Amino acid sequence: MSALLSLSNVTKRFGGLLAVNSMTFDLQEGEVVGLLGPNGSGKTTLINLISGALPPTAGSVHVAGKEIAGLRADQIARSGIARTFQLVRILPSMTVLENVQVPAAFGAKSHWGGEIDRIARTCLEQVGIAHLARAMPGDLTYIDQKRLELARALAAEPKVLLLDEWLAGLNPTELQDGIALIRKLQSTGITILLVEHIMEAVRALCPRCVVMNAGALIADGTTEEVLADPNVIAAYLGDSHA
Amino acid sequence: MVQKLLKPLLIMGGGAGLAAAPVVLSEYALGFMVSVMSYVTLATAWAMFSGPTRYISLATVAFYGTGAYTVAVLSETLPYPLVLLTALAIGVVLAAFVGMATLRLAGIYFVVFSFGLAELVRQLITWFEVNVTGTLGRYIFLPFETQHIYWQLLALAGFTIGLGAWIRRTRLGLAPKVIGDDEVVAAHSGIALARTKVMLFVVSAALMTLAGAIQSPRWVYIEPGIVFNPTVSFLTVIMALLGGAGRLWGPTLGVIPLMVLFEWLSANFPDHFSILLGALFILIVFLLPNGVLSALEGWMKSAKGQSNGKTIEEAQT
Repeated sequence: MSALLSLSNVTKRFGGLLAVNSMTFDLQEGEVVGLLGPNGSGKTTLINLISGALPPTAGSVHVAGKEIAGLRADQIARSGIARTFQLVRILPSMTVLENVQVPAAFGAKSHWGGEIDRIARTCLEQVGIAHLARAMPGDLTYIDQKRLELARALAAEPKVLLLDEWLAGLNPTELQDGIALIRKLQSTGITILLVEHIMEAVRALCPRCVVMNAGALIADGTTEEVLADPNVIAAYLGDSHA
Repeated sequence: MVQKLLKPLLIMGGGAGLAAAPVVLSEYALGFMVSVMSYVTLATAWAMFSGPTRYISLATVAFYGTGAYTVAVLSETLPYPLVLLTALAIGVVLAAFVGMATLRLAGIYFVVFSFGLAELVRQLITWFEVNVTGTLGRYIFLPFETQHIYWQLLALAGFTIGLGAWIRRTRLGLAPKVIGDDEVVAAHSGIALARTKVMLFVVSAALMTLAGAIQSPRWVYIEPGIVFNPTVSFLTVIMALLGGAGRLWGPTLGVIPLMVLFEWLSANFPDHFSILLGALFILIVFLLPNGVLSALEGWMKSAKGQSNGKTIEEAQT
């Protein structure tokens, strides 16, 4: 079976700094994979390379067999990649519903008219904020803004969803809601790559994890294996703990 | 239901009334209406691009002047419709070229560049006229009376507003709003940033070029200093902002009171016109940052005592 998302030797250099060093791994359709690593290990940079926010220096990225490395962000979005941002990005002058309509209109399927309205409402229902459709996003609470961002990513009807610390900054109750929400998405068969620091969430959501340290891949396997891996423990806690 | 019928009736009635205006208006009043129609076109076209994207352009007069100059150069060699088409083509090419070169600039850099562009075009034409053709000024002799120019500009203003209304219903209308809010989100939602911005900039500039071309016979004698007067760019911006650059009818509503005021100011305070104009700009930006229409909406809401006004979706027209 060929992979849905396939990275091969993806590299990003900022001048003398090797931020992402020859990352290679695959995601199968329907998989939910955690992307782990200490702060500064290059996780968000890797997400930016996949989504086209930054062009990779070298390497290739394939979505369903199509090369997307080096394409513009909008072309990659239309190829079926959607993402959320580490720091929430809402469209402040549009209503919640209009925010979610945008990727439905400009995404892979280019819907228009009543169809974007229907898709946007379905996605808002999926994340549980359908009742806020007519509100302005600036008036929403933090978790609802995060839900809005997730609904917007879903409205693109993506093949692969990239979540960059989507659960960060939530209180314990909200975290449980957030985990339940992503688990619900998982059951729809969507493929997700999620950057996460909260181990509780990683254990609950990701059967498999990929771990980065200093830009390079140091582990790739089931979550249990990876979290017990001495290299991973050393990366997080230092050599003496391994 | 009644409102749905009322609106096209109002627009048709208003259009017919305006088209009949030359019958009743004096030559002076008609001249004033020519300026109004010209600025309705300029401000509405300006708001098409600059309103949603929030790229403040001071290049209006670069296109307006180019249109006027094209007519001055070609009016005796080509039939009038072809002259207009040529002006339109030149405006489109200039805008596409400028758009592709500059729309990567954001914020203040774009403002400064767009202002510089108008000066650049003026200086280039001056240089060309002095060094190559050897005549700086040109005469335009076209068999048009004021009402003919008025009707053409009325049609162009109507077309501009109609086009604005149509664009608002399309993806090309939604995309710049997203770009204005957050370019990163726009790109990651599948919006081709450069293509969207260049397309809107070209459409807006083409309309401005036509406005200049149609209005040019009014001057009879033109030279670069007259048709590339930067005040045109500033007035366009302030009119659009006064009415509200985010609304279809906003710019039009900004044009009318300001034109009346300018007319009065230049008649009564000819020596202090620029100072008063500057003070007015400052007042508008401070007091009505989102334009008269949204301010009115805000006042009406607070009068009704509704506090959750923010949830009201922006009016389509």
